[in-house]
Amino acid sequence: MSNLEINKNYVTPNIDEETLKALSREQSFWNVLKREFKVDKLATACLIILIIIFAVLFIGSALLDQEEVMKIDLKYKYEPPGDKFILGADLGGRSIAGQLLIGGRNSVLIGFAVTILTSFIGIVVGLITGYYGGKVDNIIMRICDFISILPVTLLIITFVVVIPDYTMWHFIFIMSIFYWVGMTRLVRSKALSESRRDYVNASKIMGTSDIKIMFGSILPNISSIIIVDLILEFAGNIGIETGLSFLGFGLPPSTPSLGTLVSYARTPGAMSSKLWLWLPASLLILVMMLCINYVGQAVKRASDAKQRLG
Amino acid sequence: MWKTILRRVLLMIPQLFILSIIVFALGKAMPGDPFTGLITPDMDPAVIERLREEAGLNDPIPVQYKNWIVRILRDGDFGRSYTYKMPVTKLIGKRAANTLWLSLLTVILTYLIAIPLGIYAGRYNGSKFDKAVMVYNFISYAIPRFILGLLLLLFFGYRLKWVPTTGSVDLGLEPGTLDYFLSRLHHMILPAITSAILGTIGIVQYLRNEIIDAKTQDYVKTARSKGVPTNKVYTHHIFRNSLLPIAAFFGFTITGLLGGSVFIETIFTYPGMGELFVSAISSRDYSVINSLVLLFGFLTLLGSLLSDIIMTIVDPRIRIE
Repeated sequence: MSNLEINKNYVTPNIDEETLKALSREQSFWNVLKREFKVDKLATACLIILIIIFAVLFIGSALLDQEEVMKIDLKYKYEPPGDKFILGADLGGRSIAGQLLIGGRNSVLIGFAVTILTSFIGIVVGLITGYYGGKVDNIIMRICDFISILPVTLLIITFVVVIPDYTMWHFIFIMSIFYWVGMTRLVRSKALSESRRDYVNASKIMGTSDIKIMFGSILPNISSIIIVDLILEFAGNIGIETGLSFLGFGLPPSTPSLGTLVSYARTPGAMSSKLWLWLPASLLILVMMLCINYVGQAVKRASDAKQRLG
Repeated sequence: MWKTILRRVLLMIPQLFILSIIVFALGKAMPGDPFTGLITPDMDPAVIERLREEAGLNDPIPVQYKNWIVRILRDGDFGRSYTYKMPVTKLIGKRAANTLWLSLLTVILTYLIAIPLGIYAGRYNGSKFDKAVMVYNFISYAIPRFILGLLLLLFFGYRLKWVPTTGSVDLGLEPGTLDYFLSRLHHMILPAITSAILGTIGIVQYLRNEIIDAKTQDYVKTARSKGVPTNKVYTHHIFRNSLLPIAAFFGFTITGLLGGSVFIETIFTYPGMGELFVSAISSRDYSVINSLVLLFGFLTLLGSLLSDIIMTIVDPRIRIE
């Protein structure tokens, strides 16, 4: 007996506990992300540009008084860019720069709100259908199939016209009705394959509740894919909102939006000779879209070990 | 295979049924009815009431729905447009032809741009050309449709004046002549290019990945070791295998076109169905709005049906027995 103990001591190599911990520690997604952005300088630049744009939009619009900006003053009708207005004025003599700040903030906020709402629905519904499967899954997937074949743009526009006393919240709600399907499908397919894994079975055997398994075990394991989709959907939703506002069926007319500013391009003569009316808003949308999507691509690469640059 | 297709077609019936209910409900929710426009101060309210009664507007809702559906299915009667004062079918028919030609040109351009880009990017992946294609792909993915349309219109329409900025054809040209055809093409080319650029996104990416994958496949190695020239390996062996899945994108291309036509036709003031929809919404021309939503829904369904059918033909694995 004592002999054995001596042997055991003899065999055990001298391992530094600290080094072992450092070696076996898993790379957190955050660290991987930091490395990815370090290597991809363009992604870092995009991120910085985005932060600057958002900061200017939110601080600038907070300093401005919306009623002051939206007050009509016909004296300055179509005033070109100059001393009085940095970016000129529109048909009602309202400052384009002021509308750009407030409209930009509105568009970003709506994109954000719709993304949060649709993702919340998508994550909850997707996890439940993917985890339980069966009848519920079947019914919800048929609903998703149905929504994805609807002429969504036309239906949203029709809804916007039909609803009385239409406000920004109605718009966010209408958009969410149609755009929760993508996230639901993604989360469902991931949750489905994840719930067949051993760790989920082990957890079940130990008596962990279903809710705890879904939100405590499965959700963290698919979180990086969800984050990527969140970023890309955020860009997509800003695009959809500005697009509908451009057609005149997005935000109510009293609320400035980037899309409304771009739609000045449709007033006669504005396209060729009054560029200041619509070009700044178009370029702002374009830059935001490109930057958000590029950051999204970098995060996407980071979430997939095969594609990482860093 | 026929079984799968039949099943897929049968699945369309409940989908169309629910769509028709949504459209009908939206129509009922809209303020006013066909006779609101007739009301003048000197008109007797009893006359209006009699007209409403005769038109069946006082019937219970399910009966009204039944009558509406029966009229559409049996007589093809979608009602009348109040602003254009003509049957909706006639109005849409004229616009539908314009949208159809634009869509046809768009589809041709989409594949004309996407296939060479995808093939060469895949064949020479890692090269400068491939990198340029990836940049193109990224930008066309990120840019919103209406911004791309406006910028192209500003540059090619207003600055360079290469293309006309509105309409579908020059005035005073005789239909059927070569000049007429060329003028139409001239009007359609920019909107079609805009849509085509956005339509290529999935196709280029897919084709490129497909070709990169195929390079290491056994059948390519076999062909090469038989001594088949490199060019022929690409044009005959890889291309044919990669092209089949691309065919399945066809349905999606059509669905995307329909949704986008609202934006594209508004920007280029092209008199198609999308532009008609926007102007009908603005003038609250409800029978036109309803019919267009129903028609777009039906066409989107057909597009996804077409995709599924092509996929079952191309890929035997998804045929459900």
